[in-house]
Amino acid sequence: MLMGRTKPPIYGLLAEFDTPARLVAAAERARKEGYRCMDAYAPYPVEGLAEALKFHHTRVPLITLIGGIVGGLAGYFMQYWIAAINYPLNIGGRPLHSWPAFIPVTFELTILGAALSAVLGMLGLNGLPMPYHPVFHVPRFALASRDRFFLCVEATDPKFDRQTTQRFLESLDSRGVFEVPH
Amino acid sequence: MIEPAAYMPGPEMNRLQWRALWIGVAVLGVCILGAFRSPAQFFHSYLLAFLFWTGMALGCLAIAMLHHLTGGSWGMVIRRLLESGSRTLPLMALLFVPLFFGRHWIYSWTRPMNLPRQQLEYLDVRFFLTRAVLYFVVWLALAHWLGKWSHEQDRTGDRRLLRKMQWLSGPGLVLYGLTGTFAAVDWMMSLEPRWYSSIFGLLIIGGQVLSAMAFVIVVLVLLTAYQPLGRVLQPRHMHNLGKLLLAFVMVWAYLSFSQLLIMWSGNLPEEIPWYLHRLEGGWRWVGVLLILFHFALPFFLLLSRDLKRTGPKLALLAMLVVVMRMVDLFWLTAPEFSPGRFHIHWMDIAAPVGMGGVWLAVFAWHLKTRPLLPVGDPYLAVVLEGEHE
Repeated sequence: MLMGRTKPPIYGLLAEFDTPARLVAAAERARKEGYRCMDAYAPYPVEGLAEALKFHHTRVPLITLIGGIVGGLAGYFMQYWIAAINYPLNIGGRPLHSWPAFIPVTFELTILGAALSAVLGMLGLNGLPMPYHPVFHVPRFALASRDRFFLCVEATDPKFDRQTTQRFLESLDSRGVFEVPH
Repeated sequence: MIEPAAYMPGPEMNRLQWRALWIGVAVLGVCILGAFRSPAQFFHSYLLAFLFWTGMALGCLAIAMLHHLTGGSWGMVIRRLLESGSRTLPLMALLFVPLFFGRHWIYSWTRPMNLPRQQLEYLDVRFFLTRAVLYFVVWLALAHWLGKWSHEQDRTGDRRLLRKMQWLSGPGLVLYGLTGTFAAVDWMMSLEPRWYSSIFGLLIIGGQVLSAMAFVIVVLVLLTAYQPLGRVLQPRHMHNLGKLLLAFVMVWAYLSFSQLLIMWSGNLPEEIPWYLHRLEGGWRWVGVLLILFHFALPFFLLLSRDLKRTGPKLALLAMLVVVMRMVDLFWLTAPEFSPGRFHIHWMDIAAPVGMGGVWLAVFAWHLKTRPLLPVGDPYLAVVLEGEHE
């Protein structure tokens, strides 16, 4: 990923904020400044944060759609195979392939397939559960699950510079800027 | 408090009102000429138009009440459209009168029929009229009070009005569920008195809410070409409305299919002919049209996030849904007048268009008298400013 460059000496810089609005404003400012390798941490979903980080088009919807289609097709053909091929039964003189009767199970399995692939796809893409992450080295980061909001600019960012970035983050109305070791 | 004058609609609303009125009156006039040639056909088409536009007004009322209970900026941007829609109900009460006088051409039970005694007692002309009056009293009262309090809120910004509207909306939705169900039984299901379906009322109610949702999306997107809505509306508002449209499309499909599945499984001689009348002699293709364009196409397109956030695309799709709502009502009613043989008359299109013109004129007339956003609502600031407060 670093393509021949040496691994940066630190993971990045972490800025702490009091309110979600300040975090969103800081993320917007940092993007305008040209930073791209950033992540934000908050105790609850903050509206507008994903937009500020331009973190939009994940592949989770596509995985969910595929999971739903696979679930639906599997549900339908499972019933078709049972009712028409494997164990044909005459039920009230209806055709063996009675599609209206297959719809409820097809519907349920579509949802099951979509829901499972949404959860598993989300976990697969975001790498959770994550027992170790460099930001854990900053003791105050524990507050990210309580009442503080954090923005981390990672050292892999082409624009990252230990001193300039630190000064930039300090200028953003933050409560403090911390170095994140690896 | 926000300055109301800044949110008043422009002169385009006046133009819409008069154009819609003249077109509506002209088309209805042609239909009345047609009524002299074939009165039965006129009333069949008139019933379709009446059901469609009453459903539109009721759907607006229902979504407005839903929004009073749930809150959310999605409803704030369409509240004035919903209120204007529900305030067309006096017009619909007026338009019920010709329907009542044309009942002999519409409802077979107005003639002597071999039906169980209890059913004959229910399908009694006086009782039928009493019920219709009762439905309209309930609907007009709900639309009147919600509209009145909302207007007061514009002027005073009084927080107690918010509570009042919430208090009315809960019982109001229950009343709408009951009256909507009985109205669907009286005006639609009784076209075939021997047939009954307990899900039918809910199916019609779901359709009404869907019609209204699609309609307000179309109007809202058209209004974004003008101020003040042009500067207020953001993609996230359209996104939320698109999600609700998707939900209501699915509710309609779910209820329609549930009815079919239950009747198909039961395979009873009282129930099945209703579907046979709608599947034979060309009617089947109307049903296929419904599956494709009332469900499949809107469903798959509305899965797309980008489509939901792009006003014009969403409005185009919503327009299709409005048209398909009409096709659905046509498929539910018209086969009773021509079972097993597809039949469409020019008045089946002209009557809904004509009545729609008049309806739209009343809608625009209500819309232009008030600011396009509920300026007195304490939560409006969230809509105007945006995200993270």
